[in-house]
Amino acid sequence: MGQREGAAGLTTHAPQAAQAVTLPASLDEAVAALAAMPAAVPVAGGTDLMASVNSGQLRPAALVGLGRISEIRGWQYQDGHALLGAGLTHARMGRPDFAALIPALAAAARAAGPPQIRNAGTLGGNIASASPTGDALPVLAALEATLIIAGPGGARREIPVSHLLAGMEMLRGGELIGYVRVPLLHAPQVFLKATGRTGPGRAIASVALVLDPARRGVRCAVGAIAPMPLRPLDAEQWVASLIDWDNNRAIVPEALNAFGEYVAAACIPDPAPAEDGSVQQLPPAVLHLRRTVAALARRALGRALS
Amino acid sequence: MSNDTATATTAEPGTAPEPLPHGLGVSLPSAEARAKTEGTFPYAADLWAEGLLWAAVLRSPHPHARILSIDTTHAREMPGVRAVITHEDVPGAALHGRGRADRPVFASEVVRHHGEPIAAVAADHPDTARMAAAAVIVEYETLDPVTDPEQAFEAEPLHPDGNLIRHIPLRHGDPDAAGEIVVEGLYRIGRQDPAPIGAEAGLAVPRPDGGVELYVASTDPHADRDTAAACYGLEPERVKVVVTGVPGATADREDQSFQLALGLLAMKTGCPVKLTATREESFLGHAHRHPTLLRYRHHADSDGKLVKVEAQILLDAGAYADTSSEALAAAVSFACGPYVVPNAFIEGWAVRTNNPPSGHVRGEGAMQVCAAYEAQMDKLAKKLGVDPAELRLQNAMATGDVLPTGQTVTCPAPVAELLQAVQDFPLPALPKDTPEDEWLLPGGPEGAGEPGAVRRGVGYALGMVHMLGAEGADEVSTATVKVHDGIATVLCAAVETGQGFTTLARQIVQETLGIEEVHVASVDTDQPPAGPSCRGRHTWVSGGAVERAAKMVRTQLLQPLAHKFGMSTELLQITDGKITSYDGVLSTTVTEAMDGKELWATAQCRPHPTEPLDGTGQGDAFVGLAFCAVRAVVDVDIELGSVRVVEMALAQDVGRVLNPAQLASRIEAGVTQGIGVALTENLRTARGLVRHPDLTGYSLPTALDTPDIRIVKLVEERDVVAPFGAKAVSAVPVVTSPAAVASAVRAATGRPVNRLPIRPQAAVVTATQ
Repeated sequence: MGQREGAAGLTTHAPQAAQAVTLPASLDEAVAALAAMPAAVPVAGGTDLMASVNSGQLRPAALVGLGRISEIRGWQYQDGHALLGAGLTHARMGRPDFAALIPALAAAARAAGPPQIRNAGTLGGNIASASPTGDALPVLAALEATLIIAGPGGARREIPVSHLLAGMEMLRGGELIGYVRVPLLHAPQVFLKATGRTGPGRAIASVALVLDPARRGVRCAVGAIAPMPLRPLDAEQWVASLIDWDNNRAIVPEALNAFGEYVAAACIPDPAPAEDGSVQQLPPAVLHLRRTVAALARRALGRALS
Repeated sequence: MSNDTATATTAEPGTAPEPLPHGLGVSLPSAEARAKTEGTFPYAADLWAEGLLWAAVLRSPHPHARILSIDTTHAREMPGVRAVITHEDVPGAALHGRGRADRPVFASEVVRHHGEPIAAVAADHPDTARMAAAAVIVEYETLDPVTDPEQAFEAEPLHPDGNLIRHIPLRHGDPDAAGEIVVEGLYRIGRQDPAPIGAEAGLAVPRPDGGVELYVASTDPHADRDTAAACYGLEPERVKVVVTGVPGATADREDQSFQLALGLLAMKTGCPVKLTATREESFLGHAHRHPTLLRYRHHADSDGKLVKVEAQILLDAGAYADTSSEALAAAVSFACGPYVVPNAFIEGWAVRTNNPPSGHVRGEGAMQVCAAYEAQMDKLAKKLGVDPAELRLQNAMATGDVLPTGQTVTCPAPVAELLQAVQDFPLPALPKDTPEDEWLLPGGPEGAGEPGAVRRGVGYALGMVHMLGAEGADEVSTATVKVHDGIATVLCAAVETGQGFTTLARQIVQETLGIEEVHVASVDTDQPPAGPSCRGRHTWVSGGAVERAAKMVRTQLLQPLAHKFGMSTELLQITDGKITSYDGVLSTTVTEAMDGKELWATAQCRPHPTEPLDGTGQGDAFVGLAFCAVRAVVDVDIELGSVRVVEMALAQDVGRVLNPAQLASRIEAGVTQGIGVALTENLRTARGLVRHPDLTGYSLPTALDTPDIRIVKLVEERDVVAPFGAKAVSAVPVVTSPAAVASAVRAATGRPVNRLPIRPQAAVVTATQ
């Protein structure tokens, strides 16, 4: 393929314009390396970054490789939460031991592209790229995850993931996503993704839904239909009130359907009526997207409560 | 291998290599398979020459614009840049094209499609070349693009000879004939990209005599050489095209303008120049399948017998004619499918637009109409209340029937037998009957599929395609066979594109000469022409030429012996390098009989001529036809509209099986390409601008999208006019599979499905539908 050929071609010719690559072994070293070379770009799995390089959209003057920072390639427990290293690969997150902790994130990781991508792509990269179709993002939004950002001089600060994705708070120069703190809810979680095909593909729409039995809450996020995951808060509260939390989390079947419609209408609202007051129809493609979101949300809740 | 050791009796024990099967009818493996698997097979992108320069092409960001000025000053002044060329630097013919010369090497006054080349740069580093190409300043006056082919008739001409490339008004039978049952439909087929796994790449090396050698993955080296020579203003002898490893081709694989630019840069700089296209450039530059709009009306009597077909077919050729004329001829001629239709009135047009260029992609023309006429057959069956397969069976064509072009089908046409075979094949088990098996739901292993929302559908399609060039094209190929020292060598300019020609050539020589070790030489234009690698030509014409040459060598070898023993050469046979007579009196080895001589023979194969379609679409335009029947089984998630093809059962008319494994792989590849057309592959544009020219946005079928492909029956009824009686096999599964998938989705959902690829919203069943 084009990429391989391009790379092979380069190696047969004059050395490329001197490109600095540093491979720090710790988070603080990486931050220091970024501070020393403000033009440097951090790279983890490279599944998005290298595609931009190959297509000529990005020509980084220097790279800081994050692949050798072992402290961010695993996870640890921290008072009821899991502290996930930003360097966790999708392949690692998809494994059964991880799935037992955070099932929805594991499902999203398994759905995130073909094995080659999952072996390289990382959790932190998924967040930093903040692509609308990033599969981990709706799960992190539903889990209300917190990012732990490493800054110069060993500084650490915390940002809710939704703040970063919405652009309310940004990474500053020289900062890196170090860890992601996720609550351990010990309850069913679901991630569902519609791609329109059977093979790996980008989401047309995705839904992450987690139950929080301690707080008697349902949290849901819809991915891929907007620049950031959307949280239908009213629908969450409404449906949580219908669940019989003490009786095996029972719910009337009609509520599943209504929840789906509620979520879909919240994320893809009806168009405003025209000036003459007549009802406007959504375009067919948008209508289909809304139906897709409704079906995903209904199925997700059904599976979480079954 | 079996335990049959009879073939190895002469070899010393312990040293004998495992004898490989050889000759026709066996699954001889490809000689290149190992190198390709290990990554050592050299493709064009792997070539390198001492002191080479790198090329980059500047392409238009607009689908339609007037070029006011091109300023290359900045680009030329960049350090490391050795040459910048534009239309002013084309010394010979400014226009080229496969069907008609209407395409500039570099756009000069107007650009007619997104990605049209405007300038090219050679520099000492690929990055420098790309930056220099970006530094060429082009001033455009953007023009309104013509993107709707229906508007092309009325729009301002995009080209001096207008927007209409060809119009075929086919008239056959009685225009007043009418049936009691009438069904109508409007169908749209998207733009498939051939998406060869390796993008365009090549190396041009200047020659001391002022000529140039082009090392490219050409599929038609002589035509490419002639085009290049004309554009360079050189005699054809001074341009040599050397065919490198071809990384995938399902037709004309290359954007020819990049080959032309490469040679011009090499001659201008006096240095070897290499270019490797990015995937984006490849999507923009090379030919796509014609997006097609089809309007149909089928008439049948109340018993379901077809009475008349009326159709209007509009092919979107994109900016240039390319092979659109041939595609239109196929579309119009096969517009009724492999059915007996006494009256047919088909209007076909191919028009220019500012959309990406269309051209030859396997099964062109025939594929688009198959999706439409099979949708019509489903509609007719529904209206008549009969089984869709039975309706097809009732109307199936057979040898002796007449095509709407007036041509009588003289080749084997076992259409009913094929359909019967797929119909009788047992259906795959339903998941509820095999609860212990993992059920791959529509949407994939981690998708959102829910068993309760899944409906299964079964659909049928019959398809046909022509083989070889049509309408009077001079189909000819030349091959040379050389035997020396017990080893045979084939020299033939037929390009191995992965279709398996070299394996077949080895088998033909093994069969004819009884020599096991056969090599096929690499291809360049110093050899006599063999024509393009497409339309199943090489099995027929080049295979035929190899066989004749091998037979001539056989005669040269055996004649002296036969003469000596007073018998005819037919009474002698060669097996495993040994010559024996029918009565066993004579027994010698090939090496002995050769006596150190080298034997050479060259032969041509030229099938019987065809004629162009006349003013009413009548004429014997085709040399041969191939047919197939497909039964598709799909699972559809009727809420999300996701479709998974569970199984494709296929029966095909192949004439004769020459290499069973290779044939099966060709069919599987064709079916998979057809599934791409049916479900995911569509290079989308917005106002003429290509959206997502990459393999993330353009979804090719993966292993998960590919179903179980069952080759239920291969009908081996030999086509007497074809060498070995064999028919080409690659194209007809591509033609037929999309229609079968659409038919199955129709059966599962009850939705009309009149657009390919099938969008999820077209496969959704809601309460109101």
